[in-house]
Amino acid sequence: MSAIYILWLREMKRYLRSRVQVVASLGQPMLYLLVLGFGLGPVFQRAGNGSYLQFVAPGVIGMTVLFSSIFSGLGLLFDRQFGFLKETLVAPVPRLQIMAGRTLGGATVAVMQGLLVSVVCLIAGFRPVHLATVPLALVFMILIAVVFSALGVAIGSSLQDMQGFQLIMNFMVMPIFFLSGALFPLSGLPKVLAVATSIDPLSYGIDGMRSVLLGVTHFGAFTDTVVLAAVGAVLLVVGAHRFSKIQI
Amino acid sequence: MIHVRNLVKTFGSFTAVNDVSFDVAEGEIFAFLGPNGAGKTTTIKMLTTLLTPTSGSIELDGLDPQKKQNEARKRFGIVFQDPSLDGDLSAAENMEIHGILYHVPRKLRRQRSEELLKLFELWERRGEQVKKFSGGMKRRLEIARGFLHTPKILFLDEPTLGLDPQSRNQLWTHVKKVNETERVTVFLTTHYMDEADRVAHRIAVIDHGKLVAQGTPQAIKEQTGMASLEEAFLALTGSTIRDESAGSADQMRQFAQMWRGGKR
Repeated sequence: MSAIYILWLREMKRYLRSRVQVVASLGQPMLYLLVLGFGLGPVFQRAGNGSYLQFVAPGVIGMTVLFSSIFSGLGLLFDRQFGFLKETLVAPVPRLQIMAGRTLGGATVAVMQGLLVSVVCLIAGFRPVHLATVPLALVFMILIAVVFSALGVAIGSSLQDMQGFQLIMNFMVMPIFFLSGALFPLSGLPKVLAVATSIDPLSYGIDGMRSVLLGVTHFGAFTDTVVLAAVGAVLLVVGAHRFSKIQI
Repeated sequence: MIHVRNLVKTFGSFTAVNDVSFDVAEGEIFAFLGPNGAGKTTTIKMLTTLLTPTSGSIELDGLDPQKKQNEARKRFGIVFQDPSLDGDLSAAENMEIHGILYHVPRKLRRQRSEELLKLFELWERRGEQVKKFSGGMKRRLEIARGFLHTPKILFLDEPTLGLDPQSRNQLWTHVKKVNETERVTVFLTTHYMDEADRVAHRIAVIDHGKLVAQGTPQAIKEQTGMASLEEAFLALTGSTIRDESAGSADQMRQFAQMWRGGKR
């Protein structure tokens, strides 16, 4: 257990020491929130859907958690490059614990980033509708973070170096984001898009956050929770398996 | 302490290590020499559980590192050819993580960490981030870290690569000291023949995956009739330069492997 803790702590220390990166990583969500939030606001309003800022804020929070958790999983590649991975792989600790420490650390960092962006959203004018269910948003943040940290570790274990990074970014992380309904409502979509959004795990995370923050939902909060928990469990197993197969 | 019998490792059609057998006694400093790409690092990786041998047997302190991975891992420390520190953490934090991963009790961990950092002249700068250290300091920290859990065997894979003569000398002095005081068995590789001659009790020379000579530095010099170990080494392995760089076909293969994952 102490191995899990120390590797978790390592992720925390690295996160808190990279203040520049923390600030830099807020740039993109702020753009989406402020430019899209206020830019598309009038159109959204005229279509009779209410405030776009209100709508997009949970999406932006979900996006932050997604990026942050996938990147921390892919941090494996940096550790491979800079050698620290080997130090953990020859240690007399089951690989499962090493993977668990990393994943938990990555997920915690992602949730912290998500909370930071939540504060930015509140400052920008986002107002949750049901105050009583606001704490439940944290549960969805954690679920999203675990799902995508595990996915990041699974991918990070399968790649040899940074060459594949762009590929993962463009063909996996960005589609997950754009197909999640973070930026547009999921109802009334063309058939193909509707199917694509319904197989994207992030859709359920963001839908879940909207249900607890705004009281609107597409799949239903219960379905959201079940799907995220199930996908998370599967990805943790896959990630642990891929991680146990790493040879240097 | 280390028994290796008929060890073989193949990667596809390429045989990196071909039927290698040797023994290292307890408390011995054993140098494993060979040109680039001869199979030194592959052998170390198999000895340290990072690679699975194709065939043959390994015994570390009476344990099979494949079957009793974690037990075997507790018994050795390793300094890799390339760095394996976390540059964002301080020297003391790198030691701390290592101590916890190797289940060293807290009190002992602190105490040994202090002793070793002092011995390797890093105590004054223990709180600094490792990325600010010079190459020599990083090397020393890695070796200090390798000793933290009082291993019975220490593997050093080209520990002096890229170090100036001062750091190299100092490093070997430390290694010899710990070898004598803690009876640690040392298994090292290096390209500096004079170092091997000076430090090692026994030497094995590997070329194209096969052992070509084994014995004390003196015996190897006598066997080849050469005055220095460097000349003896060249006589044994020839003077052609080994091509280690990957051709374009190899690079394609690596790219494909990237997606199949894990195995290289």
